[in-house]
Amino acid sequence: MEFDNSKPIYLQIVDFFYENILVKRWADEERIPSVREVAMMVEVNPNTAIRAFNHLQDLGVIHNKRGIGYFVASDGYTKVLNIKRKEFMEQILPDVFKKLNLLDISFDELKNAYNQQKNEEK
Amino acid sequence: MLTIKHLNFNYPKSRFVLKSINLDFTAGNIYGLFGKNGEGKSTLLKIMTGLLFPKNGNCLLEGNEMRKREVQSLHHIFLVPEDFELPAISIRSFEKVQSCFYPQFSKEQFYELIKEFQLSPTDVISKLSFGQKKKVLIAFGIATNTKLLLMDEPTNGLDIPSKSQFRKVMASIADENKCIVISTHQVRDLHSLINHVMILDNAQVAFDQPLDKVSDGLWFGKPSTNDSSEPIYSESSFGGKAILPRLDKNETEVDLELLFNGVLGAPDKINAILNQTQNDERV
Repeated sequence: MEFDNSKPIYLQIVDFFYENILVKRWADEERIPSVREVAMMVEVNPNTAIRAFNHLQDLGVIHNKRGIGYFVASDGYTKVLNIKRKEFMEQILPDVFKKLNLLDISFDELKNAYNQQKNEEK
Repeated sequence: MLTIKHLNFNYPKSRFVLKSINLDFTAGNIYGLFGKNGEGKSTLLKIMTGLLFPKNGNCLLEGNEMRKREVQSLHHIFLVPEDFELPAISIRSFEKVQSCFYPQFSKEQFYELIKEFQLSPTDVISKLSFGQKKKVLIAFGIATNTKLLLMDEPTNGLDIPSKSQFRKVMASIADENKCIVISTHQVRDLHSLINHVMILDNAQVAFDQPLDKVSDGLWFGKPSTNDSSEPIYSESSFGGKAILPRLDKNETEVDLELLFNGVLGAPDKINAILNQTQNDERV
């Protein structure tokens, strides 16, 4: 895994989990790789992987079944969706607005671009 | 697991390479040992394995002096040196001759690693390239399953895919019973594996901290103009990276290169801040 230098590695592993859950590679209540498997996958110290697992467990996104392993929570997808939506609205969107302002792009222009892309998808 | 106390060392007729070194290595960690060229990293690793004797002070593996080279100590320690000479025999013969010295040696693991490193048990070691020889030694070192595994510049000579393979293997063998010490200049190769940093400078220990403590107390990145605190250390390269006291800022990943330069430039300031956060926690 290529790491971004500014963000703690454990949070980048958390993002990797979020993405797997959002694209439904890992479904609700499905078993996920173990700490060691994740550490090997992303080539990090197992302690760093444990920190990511603990973080996700605290948020209720995953849970541990003793002796069996870790599973996505029954409402894991909804939880991740809410977390990522909040992150988008609070962190990414203000930056986009700032940029729109700086480059003098009107809301109509943005709307047109959005609709155009929607049409292309169809 | 391994404790170094008030250790001094010099080579005959030369200045001290190591002066009053105190270090403590415990199981469950991967230590990164850093220092400029000639700062005594390899010397320290050799003392830790009993290959060199300290002038004064002690180096104890679970209470036993390493200089005595007792069998019970040597069972539990393996060093992958930076340069080495291996005999002109096949990998299989090498395993047969050497493995009996290590009670926890796993034949299965060794041949699995040899296969993973794309070598064959019948390969004659002397005919291999430097990188391939290194892989034989790394595979052997891992398969000894010693409690203490020391590696001096393990990624030197490894090709690009092997470096990633090496990290995967290390991530798979690190556990709470094992202590791994890696001395290196290739910070980028090994950054994600290390969880404790030791830096040697001017023959002394300039820095000795677990990484989570570092990311707790220090902030790494491009300072913005409205930062109230003065940078502890800064570099004026493009983008201008700096180390700041973290205070209530978001946690950042420790930039090991920046930390290394910072410690060489302003060791007292950095250590003072980290020790201060330590004290705050105790209160």
